[in-house]
Amino acid sequence: MIIKLGNWLLPLILFFVIFYGMLKKVEVYESFLEGAKDGFNTAIRTIPYLVGMVVAINIFFESGALKVLASGLNPLLNKLGIPAEVLPHALLRPLSGGAALGVAAKLMEQYGPDSLIGRMVSTMQGSSDTTFYVLALYFGSVGIKKFSYAPYVGLIADFTTFLASVFVVKAFFGT
Amino acid sequence: MLNYLWGGMVLLGCMAAFWQGKPELIVKAALEGAKLAVDTAFGLVSIITFWLGIMRIMEESGIVEKLSKAMAPLIRLLFPEIPPGHPAEGAILLNLSANILGLGNAATPFGLKAMEELACLNPQKDTASRAMCTFLALNTSAITLLPVTIIGLRQKFGSLNPADIVIPTFLATLIGFTVALIADYFFKKSRW
Repeated sequence: MIIKLGNWLLPLILFFVIFYGMLKKVEVYESFLEGAKDGFNTAIRTIPYLVGMVVAINIFFESGALKVLASGLNPLLNKLGIPAEVLPHALLRPLSGGAALGVAAKLMEQYGPDSLIGRMVSTMQGSSDTTFYVLALYFGSVGIKKFSYAPYVGLIADFTTFLASVFVVKAFFGT
Repeated sequence: MLNYLWGGMVLLGCMAAFWQGKPELIVKAALEGAKLAVDTAFGLVSIITFWLGIMRIMEESGIVEKLSKAMAPLIRLLFPEIPPGHPAEGAILLNLSANILGLGNAATPFGLKAMEELACLNPQKDTASRAMCTFLALNTSAITLLPVTIIGLRQKFGSLNPADIVIPTFLATLIGFTVALIADYFFKKSRW
């Protein structure tokens, strides 16, 4: 039902925007062109920022450094009652949306989507964002090199959402 | 902060590869990353062009203005730096709405538009303004009502009730969102 709702949402918004625009006698096609003309430059401007960020993330992940970090943190997780299986996802999520989704898929295949781990990783994937990609993209599009305190807030939020996902799922589905 | 984080990721990655005796991993990972980033940027061209066109229709028909007026008190509270009626308001609201509804691919163009408008208000061109930081805090921790991608994935793996994580996801994002707003408030107050 929810997937169907998701499928309907965008087409309905699009329909409404054009319909309302015509109702208000907006020259819809000309407005569209006027708005769309900066799209290319906006996207292309982000390239150096995205390359810088993704290269560093990829080196960190592909070299196995992330795995070392994860195994170092395992004893701490055990104490908190967090299953160690979900940690790689939590570490990867702020860095790379695609890689995190891959980890989520692997865990669901292995443990089943309706297991506690499957639900935790689903909630973690759905509730958090690719913080560093968003920062690089959004700041990059306007040429900002100094991010001020934004990365700190992003990481605090990601960490909170991770803990909240684990414990909310435990409270909902745990035995 | 970013210099240390960025340098740290590269150096730790190199050390891990050297330790395993596989230095060739590094250049491969770097070039693959660069390609992925450029592909992503080019992939954004179509999405951004399309949605910025649609957004202009929304602006000219007055939808954006109505939304801004309805949400003005919230904007004043979160973004005291933005002068009332500035176009940044509308773009921020469209971005947050798209984010909450799970329309990631419409959210990005609106968000970039919002950054462009906020950049006009920023006196230091290469440094993030407070309004930008608050906007990104809202953006990366936004409340999620419909996590469409993950529900689809759960269905693919044969979940009996793929959508049963919707309420936990909503609660987790609500907690994360609240903490992000509080953190943003304290950073701002500490005159970062």
